[in-house]
Amino acid sequence: MSLVKAQGLSKTYRAGDVEVQAVKSADFVIEPASFVAFVGPSGSGKSTLLNLIGCLDHPTSGTLTVLDTDISTLDRRASAHFRGRNIGFIFQDFNLVPVLTAYENIEYPLIMVQEWPAAKRREQVTRLLKAVGMEGQADKRPDQMSGGQKQRVAVARALVSNARLVLADEPTANLDHDTAYRIIDLMKKMRDEFGTTFVFSTHDPKIMSEAEVTFTLEDGRVVSTTDKREAAHV
Amino acid sequence: MFDVFKIAGRNLSRYRRRTVLTLLLIVIGMVAVLLFMSVTGSFKDMMVGQITDSVLGHLEVHRKGYVASIDNLPLNLNLKPQAVTRIEEALKQIDAVQTWSPRVKFGGMYSNYAETTAIRINGVDPAREAATTPLLPGRIAEGRKGGSLVGKGEILIPLLLARGMKTNVGDTVVIVATNRDGSVNGKNFVVRGVLESISGPGGRDGYIHIDDARELLRMNEPEVSEIAIRLKNPALLDQTEARLRQALEGQTNKEGKPMLEVHSWADLSPFANLARMIDLMTVFIKVVLVSIVLVSVMNVMVMAVYERIREIGTIAAIGTPPRRILALFLGEGLLLGVIGTALGTAVSLALIYALNAWKLHFTFGQQQDLVLAPQIGVAQVVTIAAMVVGVALLASLQPAWKASRLDPIEALRHV
Repeated sequence: MSLVKAQGLSKTYRAGDVEVQAVKSADFVIEPASFVAFVGPSGSGKSTLLNLIGCLDHPTSGTLTVLDTDISTLDRRASAHFRGRNIGFIFQDFNLVPVLTAYENIEYPLIMVQEWPAAKRREQVTRLLKAVGMEGQADKRPDQMSGGQKQRVAVARALVSNARLVLADEPTANLDHDTAYRIIDLMKKMRDEFGTTFVFSTHDPKIMSEAEVTFTLEDGRVVSTTDKREAAHV
Repeated sequence: MFDVFKIAGRNLSRYRRRTVLTLLLIVIGMVAVLLFMSVTGSFKDMMVGQITDSVLGHLEVHRKGYVASIDNLPLNLNLKPQAVTRIEEALKQIDAVQTWSPRVKFGGMYSNYAETTAIRINGVDPAREAATTPLLPGRIAEGRKGGSLVGKGEILIPLLLARGMKTNVGDTVVIVATNRDGSVNGKNFVVRGVLESISGPGGRDGYIHIDDARELLRMNEPEVSEIAIRLKNPALLDQTEARLRQALEGQTNKEGKPMLEVHSWADLSPFANLARMIDLMTVFIKVVLVSIVLVSVMNVMVMAVYERIREIGTIAAIGTPPRRILALFLGEGLLLGVIGTALGTAVSLALIYALNAWKLHFTFGQQQDLVLAPQIGVAQVVTIAAMVVGVALLASLQPAWKASRLDPIEALRHV
């Protein structure tokens, strides 16, 4: 059973009079609870693919099914609803709300998206703070945190509404190597603990080696797929 | 929704100086409007009160054409006893009417045996006049204040006349008048008191007993020049005027034309124009307040959206519905309005209280030593507060709508 399935997936942008084909006839499958990386140089289509999988954008042609939903059928409101219920996001620049504490940033989707009751929110946020090792930093605001701490909070925010799929666009690009590895380890740990599928993009060879499944992109095409789990079975 | 407001409040705190400046503008606007309304409103109420409660009454009924030639105080346009009876019957049917006073008005000559000058005389029933214009006895600056307003053979004269003619309380004077048939008659009066002057009509009027007036004018029957009416609640002036007019419209002359006319104090007093000017200025200052709130809140909200485009992209990406993003930004505008309104109201009420405690004195026209006592009603405060909050919300609508419609991908790319 697949969590994400793309067949002949293409995305073309129009920049003025010029058409840019960011993704070209991509076929891939992402299975539940897997740890997946899209890798490739800048401009290879990684971010566009993540945007498509994250229902932030619609394909120009081909089909893309996420959690058994054909995302091309979703309008703006339905897309937002689908993302809020099923998909978590981690950003390269962390994108935390600067006036909120770590606790409040994690709680944010539960207030703004899912409208959980206060007691249930408190329990869930406390659990996530502990899971990402930030239980002692709950009252810190983003400007009082290190990059690694901010990304831990971002991971917790992505998981707080029990997302089944977390998309991370270059999550380690703004972190030093040690911190980057710790964030990748944390994401793996979260995958193991919550059974969430993590899909991230990177162009860092050391980080991409941490993924179980790697899709290599070149000029918008998926040129190779590496699955370490299959290799391990063999 | 409370949580959304909490986040909106936090967002306002991120640009403290800008928020404080916007709040300051709203507060200054609120204070300007509420203070202006309280001071001018109180001044207007005081002046209108002076005019209605010491001279005109709230409404007056005359024979058709009397007011058009009121400067001459025409005796041939007096109301006949039958008309007076019908008017009084109509007045008894209207609950809003508290009381009324019939008057005989005429122009005459006032003489202190050495000098002579013109005077306007009001012949009144003392008890009914005092009930209809309750501030009139209070205007007696010199002379006996208690008891009947004016007895038979007595006269109340205006201060200007007393000074000009060097007349004192207790002096005997002569009033000479020409009646409707052209015959001249005179009668001696003892000066009972001196009335302090007020601005507007009636400031130079003298008062005698209505029986003396009829005797002086040699009336064969008890005619009346006008009937002044006092209402229980002056706020019901327009409705009562309309009702009285309707009740009297059946009174016609031989040609079948209306015989009577009803006027409010505003129709008879030049101060009404000043009152209208004050109302116009109040509207103008409200427009200024609306503009201040609209521009300042809109400016803050447009900046807030522009500076937080990436953040909006983030919250949209994680699945925040557009209506929630709209609510978040509307909440920020609403909070600005509510906080500004609360502070503005508090400061305004404190200043109004201080002005009342300070007891500022001022002079207006003939009236001196008036005490400024600004007052503001709950309804006025609530109306202005609702207006400010409504405008703040309106000013946030466009930026909030824009924020809710942002494309997450474009917003996340924004630098």
